[in-house]
Amino acid sequence: MEKVLSWIDARFPMSAMYKEHLSEYFAPKNFNFWYYFGSLALLVLVIQIVTGIFLTMNYKPDANMAFASVEYIMRDVPFGWLIRYAHSTGASAFFIVVYLHMFRGLMYGSYRKPRELIWVFGCLIYLALMAEAFFGYLLPWGQMSYWGAQVIVNLFAAIPFVGEDLSIWIRGDYVVSDATLNRFFAFHVIALPLVLVGLIAAHVIALHEVGSNNPDGVEIKKLKDENGKPLDGIAFHPYYTVKDILGVVVFLIVFSAIMFFAPEMGGYFIEANNFIPADPFKTPEHIAPVWYFTPYYAILRAIPPMFGSQFPGVLAMGVAVLIFFALPWLDRSPVKSIRYKGPRFKIALALFVVAFIWLGVLGVLPVSPMRTLTAQILTAIYFAFFLLMPWYTKADATKPVPERVTE
Amino acid sequence: MNKLLSLLLFLPLTALASGAAVRLDPAPVNIQDQESLQRGARVFVNYCLNCHAASYMRYIRMTDIGLTEAQIKDNLLFAADKPGETMTVAMRAKEAKEWFGVPPPDLSVITRSRGADWVYTYLRSFYRDDSRTTGWNNLVFDKVGMPHVLHELQGQLVPVMHAVQGEDGKTHEVVDHLQLARPGKMTPAEYDALVADLVNYLSWMGEPAKPQRMQTGVFVLLFLAAFFVVAFYLKKEFWKDVH
Amino acid sequence: MSEMTVNQSKRRFLVTMTSAVGGVAAVGAAIPFVGSMLPSARALAAGAPVEVDLSKIEPGMLLTVEWRGKPVWIASRTPEMLALLDKHDDRLTDPNSEAAGQQPDYCKNATRSIKPEYMVVVGICTHLGCSPTYRKEIGPADLGVDWPGGWFCPCHGSRFDLAARVFSGSPAPTNLVVPPHKYLSESKVLIGEDQAA
Repeated sequence: MEKVLSWIDARFPMSAMYKEHLSEYFAPKNFNFWYYFGSLALLVLVIQIVTGIFLTMNYKPDANMAFASVEYIMRDVPFGWLIRYAHSTGASAFFIVVYLHMFRGLMYGSYRKPRELIWVFGCLIYLALMAEAFFGYLLPWGQMSYWGAQVIVNLFAAIPFVGEDLSIWIRGDYVVSDATLNRFFAFHVIALPLVLVGLIAAHVIALHEVGSNNPDGVEIKKLKDENGKPLDGIAFHPYYTVKDILGVVVFLIVFSAIMFFAPEMGGYFIEANNFIPADPFKTPEHIAPVWYFTPYYAILRAIPPMFGSQFPGVLAMGVAVLIFFALPWLDRSPVKSIRYKGPRFKIALALFVVAFIWLGVLGVLPVSPMRTLTAQILTAIYFAFFLLMPWYTKADATKPVPERVTE
Repeated sequence: MNKLLSLLLFLPLTALASGAAVRLDPAPVNIQDQESLQRGARVFVNYCLNCHAASYMRYIRMTDIGLTEAQIKDNLLFAADKPGETMTVAMRAKEAKEWFGVPPPDLSVITRSRGADWVYTYLRSFYRDDSRTTGWNNLVFDKVGMPHVLHELQGQLVPVMHAVQGEDGKTHEVVDHLQLARPGKMTPAEYDALVADLVNYLSWMGEPAKPQRMQTGVFVLLFLAAFFVVAFYLKKEFWKDVH
Repeated sequence: MSEMTVNQSKRRFLVTMTSAVGGVAAVGAAIPFVGSMLPSARALAAGAPVEVDLSKIEPGMLLTVEWRGKPVWIASRTPEMLALLDKHDDRLTDPNSEAAGQQPDYCKNATRSIKPEYMVVVGICTHLGCSPTYRKEIGPADLGVDWPGGWFCPCHGSRFDLAARVFSGSPAPTNLVVPPHKYLSESKVLIGEDQAA
């Protein structure tokens, strides 16, 4: 065994990598509940890739066959229903886990120096994930797939001057059609997964370069023992591997409960309208994107058309996503973690979370004047959280940060 | 294109304004009740399958609801040669479009899109309407293209009108409820039971893997519960080191 | 982190337990994926047993049906044809059908069939998978005077008699395969399902 290992190590740095990333990667010992979601996101990625590969074995990216091939998977392929539900549940699970992971970052200042690049890579992952989800959502070729794609591709048409041509180029046709389905399939099964895996590797490498943040926002690398091991650090393996196994099992319990007993999740994970094959001549009565896009959809609808163009709304929606990238440079607080930040930040974050969730709810509902007004107020809060951050974080009263992490 | 976009974005406003909500009766669905499913299958094959296909459903799958291959072959296989085939219909889409205005939709997943309650209410809400070419209209599906196929069983319902004052101040007549004008071969209770069986079958056919899904789910959750216990003690043991 | 207080055997036990349960989980998770690659209900339906009406076949003639994507021949053998079958055993590789797997047990007889008058056989040459041609005439010019009727594979010249037994010297190593089949009635045969023992 040892011989084999040294043979490999002479040719590939296996032991060195094992040490660097697991047995001698020292993570702060005070990780709490919020620190499970990074490894869980990785687990969901694996679920999506594996189930995706097996779905591809029976799915047909053809406008005349796509819908039927999904039902074929659900009925005729042995365990096809399980693989498909795992994939559809996994899509929503991915966003739940990623949103919680991002919220953790917001709370504990994980985007602050020296972790700006980790945050930027994370935002890129989020963008890629949205694109991946959007392309994948067209593939079942149901009414919601079709009209959801129709709306989102038309958003590009609202861009001045080039929009019209751009949207035609994206579709490869004048409407969402077989050509669109076929290229979205290519993006969904190979292009974006490659991008995602690459970005995730960059995210993790950057993390392991600077080390993990923690709920106290204390840099554990400042205080080391005589062996160079951080005093408040513990080896990722075995301590966080055993902890993450526990997290994984709990996650799988929740995941399985949904996947086996409520895969449609009341129409939020799989929509009723998507059991009707795509019909370009018949718009469904109510189009709403999948739940994980609805906060942005609500922002889009909140901004009224100006000069007869929908572009301001589209722009607001785009900026709402991209503004996350700027976070490391907007936060001027002397401390990282919410534990030592003052009331201004706490209120701002609470308002932001309320606005985000409420916008998400509004995005699912049909519009009404009252709801539009609410969405406009919430949109203002959403942007104020970011744009006013340099001021309210600077003016905030902070508490002294301890030298060492607290229990 | 910009016009289309704003149309799609704000479309719900108009859609909601036009669609009057009809109260749906809860469908007594129980896919564990194999006898009900078998009766429903018979109704489905005899009445629905003449015009509607269920092209993702194979006859042989009905072995899941307690029928034998021989029973399927002898009693239910009118439109196909082999029980392994799917439930397709001979009627061509073009003819169907001429007859009904729209091709009859495939019913494989109809309850998954419409909901069992909707289908249950729909099949019991046909009424005479001489303004329609088929002579029939429906409370939950206004100006429906399908005639009342089961009217010999249910009989004929006629609407009882009721005047309401609209937002514009004018009064107009709306259907208050339906009344049995000419009885059919069945009593209302018998007819409701027949529709219940049919809807039960349609629900099962929407996802034939559902019983297997539930069963597997229970097993998986029990296993994960055991896994949790082991993982919990493993974590606890190792974290004794961390102070 | 004092090593003194660590109960190593308990740790080993828990690690082993977790690995075992995790291993079971991995195997369990693999089942649906491996299973999904088995033939689907559609493939099974397409490969379902085929029912053939024998009354349509005239004596001496051949009917070809498709079963699991392969041609299956049903040759109606006349008494004269049957009489010739045991005349050339010395020229056959396997006259008594001893090679395993080439026919069901109930066809391991002189005529390689359930009913002597009907030969049911998969029409794929055991050499390289060509489909041989039916040559029932006796002693034609191209096949030689001693040809007793049978199948001739045009690809590489394998020869089979009317019981689909291969002649010695042919490239084909074994007799043609008799598929599982059973008689539903006097004139109906079901190909793809074994007859009850």
